[in-house]
Amino acid sequence: MFDFCADPKTLEGLSWLMCYLTTGKHMMFYSSFFVVLALMLIVAPVALAFGFGGAIAARSPIAPLRWLGKTYTSMVRGIPDIVFFLFVPVAMDQGLEYLRYLYKCPHDGTPVWANNEFSVCAAAKLPLSTSPQIWHEVYGFALAVIAFAIVFGAFAANVLYGAMNAVPRAQLETAEAYGMSPAQVRRRVLIPQMWTYALPGLSNLWMILIKATPLLFLLGVEDIVYWARELGATKSQIYDYPHPDWRFWYVLALLVFYLGMTKLSELALDRLSARLSKGQATMAGEAQRKAAA
Amino acid sequence: MKKLILTAAAFALTAGTAFANDVVRMGTEGAYPPYNFLNDAGEVDGFERELGDILCEKAGLTCEWVTNDWDSIIPNLLSGNYDTIIAGMSITDERMETIDFTQNYYPPAASAYAALSSDVDLMGGVVAAQVGTIQADYVAQSGATLLEFATLDDTIAAVKNGEADAVFADKDAIAPFVTEGGDVVWAGDDVPLGGGIGIGVRKSDTELKEKFNAVISEMKADGSLNEMILKWFGDEAATF
Repeated sequence: MFDFCADPKTLEGLSWLMCYLTTGKHMMFYSSFFVVLALMLIVAPVALAFGFGGAIAARSPIAPLRWLGKTYTSMVRGIPDIVFFLFVPVAMDQGLEYLRYLYKCPHDGTPVWANNEFSVCAAAKLPLSTSPQIWHEVYGFALAVIAFAIVFGAFAANVLYGAMNAVPRAQLETAEAYGMSPAQVRRRVLIPQMWTYALPGLSNLWMILIKATPLLFLLGVEDIVYWARELGATKSQIYDYPHPDWRFWYVLALLVFYLGMTKLSELALDRLSARLSKGQATMAGEAQRKAAA
Repeated sequence: MKKLILTAAAFALTAGTAFANDVVRMGTEGAYPPYNFLNDAGEVDGFERELGDILCEKAGLTCEWVTNDWDSIIPNLLSGNYDTIIAGMSITDERMETIDFTQNYYPPAASAYAALSSDVDLMGGVVAAQVGTIQADYVAQSGATLLEFATLDDTIAAVKNGEADAVFADKDAIAPFVTEGGDVVWAGDDVPLGGGIGIGVRKSDTELKEKFNAVISEMKADGSLNEMILKWFGDEAATF
């Protein structure tokens, strides 16, 4: 990074620290923060979409659709997250490779699952062995996003289902009395009004999502926890920058990062909640009306 | 119809061979210096990196390095995330049941105990070892209480903070912690364990195994492997 970093063993004090904190490995550590942020920002809308679909399905008058919605929420809610995080990526990976195997591989009788091995021909590998490492990482990240979205989608479905039920029945009846179709009632009255009831639950979920991101580490994605552990570990003389066990400091940095993230989210969610309560027949909406008057 | 099937088969076969041996993904742990570690630029470095690159070059393979946690390194080889394990893994009968090894590229090495004082009770105390290693098996059978950790570094930390009385690991791997004037010292005698270190491959990958076997033999014969061992492990290291 800096010219004077060429010979790290001769450095001392502040210049040592400056060089140390700008090594290639530290740059990877810093960029892994963006990986975590990207995960949160991608998972949130996808999970919300899953949840929305689940909640609408659970309220559907069509029985099979209703069962599907209810099964989804109860199944995922009843299984520990961590089991899902370990199961979904492996199952999806092998499932996708098996599908590719069906039309890309020569079927010469070699079994796919045999003595503990899962082996498909090289052409069916996902991503291909020949593709650069970055694609392997993107693929691993995508599987993680899907696992997170399924789990948090189920929680969101439950929150939204509850919020839809919380919208006063009288509001919907009025809309029906105006002659709106069920779809129109849903779109014009139910959905705009439910957000204020859903927000407390959804903001809780967002906080849980932030705090669940270190699970990425379990999925083999090189996230901030991975790098903090790797960088903090005792470094012997074989490294350019030897140091004792510094994991404490690295984990402390993560702690500050997560606290900062949750604090920022709290501020943003408070504003959003004030915005959504405007003109609503809820206590918060009523308080706003009185304060203005 | 028959023609169609034949063309399809021919296409599938050519597609298969085109991809067959282009890139070999080398799986390693990246936390076991001097065998393998991530250097300050964040790249895999160490004895096995240097050796692996030369083996691949001699065998005419293109290799790519991947890191994976130690405790899932065999399952992820089996599910095809990478094609070899080159991570200081000793050849044992137990591992041979699930995967295959090339011939050893590092001779059977000594394992050693390290502790805060040299007179701790190694057979009755609490001994830390990395999970899934031959050293962990040895401790479990020695009568001591085994305390397992995910990485080598965690085992050393456990000794330093008093959680374990001693750590038992590959001697070359813990040597830096002892020789650099820390508070950890050698304890007890060295124990020879395992059948040397080889490259782990899937049982179905016999072709890859033979390629590596051939170049390892070549490097053993011309002495270049010994040179590399002395370079990374010091003048007292065991050679072929």
